[in-house]
Formats: sequence, C-alpha cells, structure tokens
Amino acid sequence: MNEVLLDPTNEKRAPRRERRPRLDELAGKTVGLLDISKPRGDLFLDRLEEKLRGEGAEVLRFRKPTFTKPAPIDLRQEIATRCDAVIEALAD
Amino acid sequence: MQRPNLPSGVVAFVKRDCPTCERVAPVLARLAEEIELSVFSQDDPGFPEGVEAVDDTSLEMSWYHDIEAVPTLLRVEDGVVKERAVGWQRQEWEALTGVHGLGPGLPELAFGCGSLSAAPDRAEALAALYGSDVLCARRVELAANEDPFESQFERGWSDGLPLVPPTPQRVLAMLEGTRRAPGEVAALVPPDLVECTVEKVAINAVMAGCKPEYLPVVIAALEGACTDAFNMHGLLCTTMPVGPVLVVNGPVRRRIGMNSGVNVFGQGNRANLTIGRALQLVVRNVGGGRPGAIDRATFGNPGKLSFCFAEDEEGSPWEPLSTTLGAEPGKDTVTLFPGEAPRSVVDQLSRDPESLARSFAVNLRTLHHPKIVLAFDALLAIGPEHSRVFREAGWDKRQLTDRLHELLQLPGAELVRGAGGISEGLPEAVKDSTIPKFRPDGILVVHCGGGAGLFSAIIGGWAGGAIGSQPVVQEIRP
Repeated sequence: MNEVLLDPTNEKRAPRRERRPRLDELAGKTVGLLDISKPRGDLFLDRLEEKLRGEGAEVLRFRKPTFTKPAPIDLRQEIATRCDAVIEALAD
Repeated sequence: MQRPNLPSGVVAFVKRDCPTCERVAPVLARLAEEIELSVFSQDDPGFPEGVEAVDDTSLEMSWYHDIEAVPTLLRVEDGVVKERAVGWQRQEWEALTGVHGLGPGLPELAFGCGSLSAAPDRAEALAALYGSDVLCARRVELAANEDPFESQFERGWSDGLPLVPPTPQRVLAMLEGTRRAPGEVAALVPPDLVECTVEKVAINAVMAGCKPEYLPVVIAALEGACTDAFNMHGLLCTTMPVGPVLVVNGPVRRRIGMNSGVNVFGQGNRANLTIGRALQLVVRNVGGGRPGAIDRATFGNPGKLSFCFAEDEEGSPWEPLSTTLGAEPGKDTVTLFPGEAPRSVVDQLSRDPESLARSFAVNLRTLHHPKIVLAFDALLAIGPEHSRVFREAGWDKRQLTDRLHELLQLPGAELVRGAGGISEGLPEAVKDSTIPKFRPDGILVVHCGGGAGLFSAIIGGWAGGAIGSQPVVQEIRP
C-alpha cells in the first residue's frame, strides 16, 4: 500500500452562491454604506452619499464596531434586509 | 471499531517466538491455576501449553492496549490497567500477582521481545485498521513514487519549511499526548470560522514537528487564539507585522523541555519552535488563513513561523506573567500576546532601578512611532542581569510598571501633527494635554533570557484593547 497522509485542512468547500442581479438604476433604490471604523473612512463615505443622493438613491449608513473584526452577524443581516446594494469603505 | 475492554484480573501478553515467553510459560500455567488469569497469544493460540490462551493473532487487543513488548503482565480492574510489568522480573511478577515462589528455576530477570503489534512492518497497517474509528480526517493516498515532503508543499500545506508527513500512525501517537477525544471541537478557527477537532490539531502538530507531550500546549494556544478577546482574525488580516506570541508558564515548561534562558527567542529548542509553528499551521490549514490571501501583512516578521517561549520563573524576582494576568499561581498556562519581532534594549551602566526604568521608558516611547500613543501594548522581556537591579533594590513588578507609566506621560505639544517636523501625529487640539503612551494595562513584563548580558527586549503589540486584541491567558489542560 502506498503511503497515506491525513488531510490537515478543514476539508470544506465554500458554497457557491449566485450574485444578485446588478441594479439597472439607482433612483429609488436603497444603498447601504458600511463604515468599517478606519480613520477617514467617513470622509470617503460622506462624498459617496452625496453622489448617490444626487442619483436619487436612498442611503443608509452603517458602522462596524471595529475594523479588526468581521461585521457582527446582526449588522450583516440588517444590511441584507434593508438595502438593495452595499458599499464598504475598506481603508484609511 | 470500538476499543475492546481488557478482562479483570491479571492479563498477560505473549508470543511463542520469544525465548523469555517460552521460559515463563510454566509460570503462566501455574498462575492460571491459582488466580484469575487471561493470556493473549500474539502468534500461536496453542501457546503457552497448559493455559487456555485467547487468540490475539489479529493483534487487536495488543494494539489497542499499547503492548510494546512481550511478555507484558497487567493487573486490570474494571477495564483499567492498575499495574504493568514488562519482561520477566520475579519480584515484580510476585508483587503484581500476589503469588510467591514463581519460576524457581528462572533467573531474577530476563528481558522480553518486541510486541508484534509494535513491529515496524506491522504498526502502520494496524494503526490504519484499528485506528479508523478514531481518525476521521480524509486519507490522502500518495502515488507510488510520490515524495511525501514535496507532495505536502505542492498541496499548499506548508509554511515554507518541510513538514513531517502526517501518517495515521504518527497522528495516533500524537493523540496519546492528550486526554481529549479526537473528535472534540477545540476551537472555531478564523478566518473561515471552521470547527477544528483535536484530531486536526494533532495532524498539524505532527507536521510542525511536535512531540505528543506538546499537544496540550498547542490546543490551549489555539483555544486562546480563537477567543473574541485575542482576535486572531484581525491579527491575521492586518497589514502590520504582528502575529501570536506565546508565553508558557507553569511546571509544563520543564516537563516538556522548553527554553526560557540562553537564546530564548532564537533557534535550537524543539518545543519552543514547534508549538508556535503548530498554531500557525492550524490557522493556515484549518482556518484558511494564508499570506497573500487574507493575511495582508506589509512586512510580516520571522516570528510568524513560530514565536513561542517559556518564562524563566525560577530566576525571576517577580510573579510570572500568567499570574499578573489573573491565572492561579502554579497552573500550566499559555499567554497569547499579539506581537511583532523583539528588539533589544541595551543598558550596561544602570545599577539603580530608576535609571534602568528610564532606559526602558525612552525605548518604549518609540514603539511603532514616538508620536503614536494609546494604540499599542508592549511586552517587556527583562533579562536576568537587568532584573537583578530591581531585585536588589526591592522593586516589585507593579512598582516598575507604575513608574514606566509615569515616565511615559507625554506632552501633547510633542505629539501633534507637525511637531518635530513630522507630519505623523495627533490633531492639534490635544496640544496642551498630557497623554499616556500606553493604556493602563498596556505594559506587560516577562522574565527570560540568558544569564549574561545587561539587556532586555521589547515585543511591540498591535491595536490594543477591545478594538483590536487583548492578551489572553489560557489554562493548559491534559
């Protein structure tokens, strides 16, 4: 018999999910802006909010408690249920 | 398959192909008449004569009950082995069986032979056969001429160094190092937040080069790393050059031969290096955290291969780090600190504690940047020649850290943007305030290092406190 090794990995396969269809237009749609709590992320998102409102979109702002940890599941759930699209401000 | 129980009473394992077993055959025949005796025969159920032996030519009982040599005599109560005698030794056999005058014609002592269940050409096949109920990990069968070392690199399992091939036999031996069941979930490992069983930890510990007795430390390190407080996820993903730094306290340090002295952060000690490496391999292989993927460190540091050491408790003037962080004195613990590479503090002239504390303070101030405050903790590793200064002056650890905090109250004017001609810094508004370099619990002290050298070392932290990572002390359980 050939040498057998035990798999050290998690042996999981991430499920593939279909992306939601791209929005045709912004007017009347709700866009979430997620601030990950990095310095100056708010400046970037303020500008985006202005632009989006100019296109007729409704804007909701969200904020992660800290940039070092994944967004809490409640927050992710809230964004998913209340928004048609989300933009995340990733860095300083 | 289930581990078969041993019968109660005295149990013997023998094989015909062992001269000592042949010689003690009459002793076993006599014992069979006088006490409750079960004999398991590994190669010939007709052996020994005069005893109704149990056929163990499958070696199942021998394998499950870790028989390494024959003859082995066990005293068993309710399935639990209470005493064990290996080879023939009259006094030992008499004490174990309670029967005297055994083997009058035999010498006092005769060594036995290797158990068939431990023979190199059989052990792996037996492990694969009987261990199948214990091991659940997917089995990867290599091709006939596939090199197991190269194959592990190709499969992406390696941290860049060669790995010990995790064969079922090695993993089973590793699992002997803990009392925990292989299927027990040890932690939810980031970034993929996957349930990691003790078996998966053992596989990665084998690959890292651990001995079985290190496994409980690896498991504890993983448990600590995967707490919300320590935040391994953030530590892994950050662009900063940090990783988990493990400090081991308690009797386990000596038991498994860890280094707390000469070259404490360096090469040369198997336990120090492989325990830290095993944790990182679990994060890589089970958690899915790989450099260049979710690990976005700008520089990283060599300690991300492994950064693990023991505290020199015996030579320390102070209580150990674990106790400062709330652990019971004398407990085996591993403390996790989110740290960068160590750097040296040289002070060869200070002979009074105030002067040495000032040396520490000016060095601590520069951590990550002299104008950045309240963002990072520090682990101050004090060497024996420096700690002697505090011991002789009667300073306790608290006195030292209090003094460091006092010395590190910084004038806002030196910290604001533009001060010193440097753009980095705090907003102008804090110009007239005094701001501490560290949060109140942000300076930790550990005692280690070789006996010669008036040096200490600073291990800089990462985003300290609830927003980032807090040091975690985790008890090591068998």
